[in-house]
Amino acid sequence: MSGHSTYEPKSGFERWLDVRLPILRFANDTVVTFPTPKNLNYWYTFGGILALMLGIQIVTGIVLAMHYVPHIDMAFNSVQRIKRDVNYGWLIQGMHANGASMFFLAVYVHMFRGLYYGSYKAPREVLWLLGCVIYLLMIITGFFGYVLPWGQMSFHGAVVITNLIGALPIVGPAITTWLWGGFAVDDATLNRFFSLHYLLPFVIAGVVALHIWALHVPGNSNPKGVEVKSDADTVPFHPYYTVKDGFAISVFLLLYASFVFFAPDILGDAVNYVKANPLVTPAHIVPEWYLLPFYAILRAVPDKLLGVLTMGGAIACLFVLPWLDTSKVRSMRYRPAIRLWYFIFFVVCIILGFCGAHAPDDQLIRGVAGMQIGDANINSFVWLSRFATLYYFAYFLVITPLIGLTETPLPVPESISEPILSHPAAMPAGAAASPEMRG
Amino acid sequence: MADTVVGATPDPHASGDDPNRRDFIHIAAMAAALGAVGGLAWPMIDQMNPAGDTLALASIEFDLSKVEAGQQVVVKWRGKPLFVRHRTPEQIAAAIKDDNAELRDPQTDEQRHKEGKAEWLILVGTCTHLGCVPTVGGGDYGGWFCPCHGSVYDTSGRIRKGPAPKNLEVPTYAFLSDTKIKVG
Repeated sequence: MSGHSTYEPKSGFERWLDVRLPILRFANDTVVTFPTPKNLNYWYTFGGILALMLGIQIVTGIVLAMHYVPHIDMAFNSVQRIKRDVNYGWLIQGMHANGASMFFLAVYVHMFRGLYYGSYKAPREVLWLLGCVIYLLMIITGFFGYVLPWGQMSFHGAVVITNLIGALPIVGPAITTWLWGGFAVDDATLNRFFSLHYLLPFVIAGVVALHIWALHVPGNSNPKGVEVKSDADTVPFHPYYTVKDGFAISVFLLLYASFVFFAPDILGDAVNYVKANPLVTPAHIVPEWYLLPFYAILRAVPDKLLGVLTMGGAIACLFVLPWLDTSKVRSMRYRPAIRLWYFIFFVVCIILGFCGAHAPDDQLIRGVAGMQIGDANINSFVWLSRFATLYYFAYFLVITPLIGLTETPLPVPESISEPILSHPAAMPAGAAASPEMRG
Repeated sequence: MADTVVGATPDPHASGDDPNRRDFIHIAAMAAALGAVGGLAWPMIDQMNPAGDTLALASIEFDLSKVEAGQQVVVKWRGKPLFVRHRTPEQIAAAIKDDNAELRDPQTDEQRHKEGKAEWLILVGTCTHLGCVPTVGGGDYGGWFCPCHGSVYDTSGRIRKGPAPKNLEVPTYAFLSDTKIKVG
């Protein structure tokens, strides 16, 4: 799928440029003629959406940095000034803050799509690993960005997260002090977080370039999970997927715009409109919605160090997934045995999000007394998050490897085109079809 | 398969060289995309213009009673120096005497102060050459002398020698009372 080029320079200038810097050839082979499986559905449009969101975050972020002041006495007011006094600042700040949420929404769809269709399996392990690196960088960048407005939630969120590292034995406290640049989250911390928040998106852009490179070597996976066998299985990227991605982007932008224009603060926490005060912690500390599941996993474990390690392990599971999955069949379309477990896993992630949003001791079912089990009442969010955490890890470490070994998958189509072409109405009589053969 | 290739099937509603439906969709889609990009580009450009709070601070009030005759007080206005000079009768006379001299940027002294307030000269304190701050009392005319490239202004702030093209700018200002002005 890669290596051959169909680019033909049309003008004298293009021929001249092509032997010096074949940038037009590269662009043509990447986004114009690139042979793409013809059966990609709308779940596959989120890669393009993510590229757009990264671009929007970088552009609006560069603009915000022109007005933002990374100083503990001025940061909060400078963000308020951006919203009130800077020309179109309300729009640009709203695009950036809500853009982070939309970025994470899109990346979660992108990841769940990859899980369902087995996009991480050979020969796409490196592609998947690079995606995990991007996701990790997004979490770190999002965290740094959330600290910058210097509201109460910004400040105390930063305190809690940096203190997590203090859980590491021996070196923990020293690393925490090093991160802070002082004895607490303070001006030095804010300055370095601002610097890194500006830097990391460009690192992400670099890894995205590698991610797309690693995509274009084996080519796209697809909902059937069988590799491209012939030209009949593909269509050129343009116009088929430029138009399809374009339509998906338009719909996605409608959702994004409805947040920016009609509910710019609905995804944030009202407490963050109170300027940071190191002397008073808000009653209820929660991260942004996109990190709530990991926050729930952290709090599910009653031990500080083990909690941090469990939370890290939740992300580490993603990295090793290509080697945990023992099934040779990529797409879950042909793996009925695991499909239900997959949907339960999806629901469990949502449940973990709800658990993260509630205080651990909040009653799950109001008014039911429940009973004390161990350190907490069974009718509480902490026990729910423990069961959910257990399932989260079981899905990766037990269910995925075991089902791959024991399942009987459905017959996998011979090729992407085969089921259509073998249909009696679409094919001349007598055409060979053997759906029972594996791809 | 063959009938789905772009452009392979002529639009049955098209006639001759008239644009067909597909052309219309292409043009409409590209126009919408360009409109959206343009609409977003403007906020990204306009945000660099002065913000609301910057514009709100753009005018200042100044009490003249503390400036003695022959003195100049420099205050900051819109990030730049503002000269408030209390001229002596001799300096005013010198300025009026030169009203008919050969001037690069001809203006009478009358035009450079408020009516009946000849002793008060209010000027933007940046040289009209390249923006340095001229020193008061320097040069051959007892007005200002710019240390950067040697422009010389007279006691009316008019350019008399050196590379500067214009007289020192008189900002928009008004007397709120006999001793108070509002600049900007």
